[in-house]
Amino acid sequence: MEEIFNLFHGFAVVLQPYNIMVMAIGILLGVIIGVLPGLGGANGVAILLPLTFSMSPTSAIIMLSCIYWGALFGGAITSVLFNIPGEPWSVATTFDGHPMAQQGRAGEALTAAFTSSFIGALFSVVVITLVAPLVASFALRFGPAEQFGVYFLAFASFIGLSKEPPMKTVAAMMMGFALGAVGLDQMTGQLRLTFGFTPLLSGFDFLIAVIGLFGIGEILLTMEEGLRFKGRAAVINPKVVWETWKTLPKFWMTYARSCVIGCWMGITPAGATPASFMSYGIAKRLSKNGRNFGNGEIEGVVAPETAAHAAGKAALLPMLALGVPGSPTAAVLLGGLLIWGLQPGPMLFIEHKEFVWGLIASMYMGNVFGLLIVLTCVPFFAAILRIPFPIIAPIILVFCAIGSYSVHNNVFDVMMMMVFGVLGYFLKKTNYPLAPLVLAIVLGDKAEESFRQSLLASQGSLGIFFSNGLVGTIMVLGFIALFWSLIQEAWSRFRPATAA
Amino acid sequence: MKSSFYRYSLALAGLGAAAMLAPSMPAQAAWEPTRPVEFIIPAGTGGGADQMARTIQGIVSKHNLMKQPILPINKSGGAGGEGFLDVKGSDGNPHKIIITLSNLFTTPLATGIPFNWKDITPVAMLALDEFVLWVNAEKPYKNVKEYIDAAKAANGTFKMAGTGAKQEDQIITEAVQKSSGAKFIYIPQKGGGAVAVQLVGNHVDSTVNNPIEAVSHWRGGKLRPLCVFDGQPMPHKEQVADGKAWSDIPTCKSQGLDMEYLMLRGIFTTPGASKEVVDFYIDLFKKVRATPEWEAFMKSGAFNTTFMTGDAFVKWVAAAEKTHMGLMKDAGFLAK
Repeated sequence: MEEIFNLFHGFAVVLQPYNIMVMAIGILLGVIIGVLPGLGGANGVAILLPLTFSMSPTSAIIMLSCIYWGALFGGAITSVLFNIPGEPWSVATTFDGHPMAQQGRAGEALTAAFTSSFIGALFSVVVITLVAPLVASFALRFGPAEQFGVYFLAFASFIGLSKEPPMKTVAAMMMGFALGAVGLDQMTGQLRLTFGFTPLLSGFDFLIAVIGLFGIGEILLTMEEGLRFKGRAAVINPKVVWETWKTLPKFWMTYARSCVIGCWMGITPAGATPASFMSYGIAKRLSKNGRNFGNGEIEGVVAPETAAHAAGKAALLPMLALGVPGSPTAAVLLGGLLIWGLQPGPMLFIEHKEFVWGLIASMYMGNVFGLLIVLTCVPFFAAILRIPFPIIAPIILVFCAIGSYSVHNNVFDVMMMMVFGVLGYFLKKTNYPLAPLVLAIVLGDKAEESFRQSLLASQGSLGIFFSNGLVGTIMVLGFIALFWSLIQEAWSRFRPATAA
Repeated sequence: MKSSFYRYSLALAGLGAAAMLAPSMPAQAAWEPTRPVEFIIPAGTGGGADQMARTIQGIVSKHNLMKQPILPINKSGGAGGEGFLDVKGSDGNPHKIIITLSNLFTTPLATGIPFNWKDITPVAMLALDEFVLWVNAEKPYKNVKEYIDAAKAANGTFKMAGTGAKQEDQIITEAVQKSSGAKFIYIPQKGGGAVAVQLVGNHVDSTVNNPIEAVSHWRGGKLRPLCVFDGQPMPHKEQVADGKAWSDIPTCKSQGLDMEYLMLRGIFTTPGASKEVVDFYIDLFKKVRATPEWEAFMKSGAFNTTFMTGDAFVKWVAAAEKTHMGLMKDAGFLAK
């Protein structure tokens, strides 16, 4: 009960006119930041951090977190319209979101994406409100072995999904692992695959790979196909929001599943990226329209967006309670806390209640505001696709280049982006799926790290992955997901036999 | 507006009575940044160096210590090698500074990248970071002797988590092994925060976290400090947790673990920077150190607040490089 009182107090803080204004400004800035590919939440928050030093800590965190929520909403826009995911967890949104835009249904895809993010986020915030103290202690049970289990589950539930031949999927994934391995090996401190070439020291950043593979690759393909966006036929339809909303309730099962997956993945600090991939994979398997995923199925937008945002919000609290940032943006936020004299960690919840519950209340309010703001803009966003390709393509290219540069302030990254663009073009031409490649770049090194940490701790015994109920369950789920199609086939063969 | 007008009228006055006024004015205006200053952090977001750099950014903009803003940029690739090489390659660009941690020495030694601290220009030592031996508060061992006995009894299965491989945490672990005779499994993690959480979650048996990385868990009753790897106890006497202050933590040496280690938190700038540039930054950091926010930050992280510039600083860095050479050689961490 005490939580509820605290929350009401938090609402009282957030609903002061000044804080509402701060919230609205934050969301708007966030959407703008999110739309510029590569700029991303972390850079945006870092640039705007000094703005908040004159505010009270609570107002400041409301503003910064609203910038962050706004950037999350904004990330979906570029994924759907231009096939350029601004953040790792938007990658899965492009799979069906962009085909929808190409069919002239960009408004529908955007409405579904925004609404789903809202529902996922809301679910997590409610969970956090009710069980905040439990959440942090559950997160503590995750050691390296459990972490690896979660990554394994994410990979397993994604394998065998694409329509391309399985060997091509495996080949693309292995290429991703190889690219992810470049740079310093965290476990031994040795350089790998750099061939003495120092710019490769830091490896391939996910964002540069994705901007190249998806964004530049897409532009090259469009150029070949005759210099126009396929979504040009899109009509500006102010009623698109209502019409899409009418279709959404029938996906209640996908929503429920994605909320649970996202929330769980966020609390086990695996994060939003595996959550979105896993949710997409499972939805594809269990949906009636599963075969049509990848061709512009609205459910394929709903599943990853819901899970990603549920995970993103659920991850925030353990992060504050344990003082470990789960993403670059969160790290910048935590840096801000220190300047305001707040030490992140378990004592924050006891000594600065007003701050913590103000933040939680702002998560409720920020999401409602954010949804209202972005939904009113859907028709305008969708109309961007009506701009002729020869005008918009150079603009996208410039933004992609700025985005790649701003990741590390490095010109070499811009060149790498172009190389990845050409690679993406050829992979698409030869029907190699890009998604497994990207998944492997994003999660490959993390999975490797936790795998090797586990084996160090167990002195080489694989038994550590089944050493307790928690990790054992996750691993078994992973294996079931991995062999699901085989299990299904065996089942369908077995059944007619018994019937006859 | 006002200041430029003032300068303009000064110049007019100067024209009028040049010979008379000249001796009282400096021959040349001191250097000042004319565009934003990049503040390179050769480590990831959320770590000790990152926290310090972002605190400095906050202090500079809050107190208006500089006309141009400071922009922190993380270049953590290759254990910070990316950041160091970037500064080394920015010859003659005065708008770039870098904050260092021990990877100033360890990264080039372990990976063989073409970098040495002499390639860039030393500015100032801001502080020294302490290292403390931490264990989980649920564990029975209350002092270093009991802890070492437990580690020996575990027969090589005692786990120590630390940040990165072949860097300060692993160097200290090696030294602890050598001094005590106990064997540890060293498990590298991405950052100091993650290291502390692994210990709170009982996935490892001990860590050598910096005070700031573990203090909130100590106050939360989850961790217990055993000793500090410094020549004398820390000076901060305010009570922190369960009736104890940082100054109550004994030195490891007094507990029979013969190891001292302090980590440099210093500022360097690009190669070939002029004296005016270095003087400007020294002056800037002197102002930063005088603010109450900096004082509070030093206190919360139990930093050793030694400040050094010029020759004294260069001498200190040269000696520290020698120490690292020796430690890394003993541990077999040098690049082949």
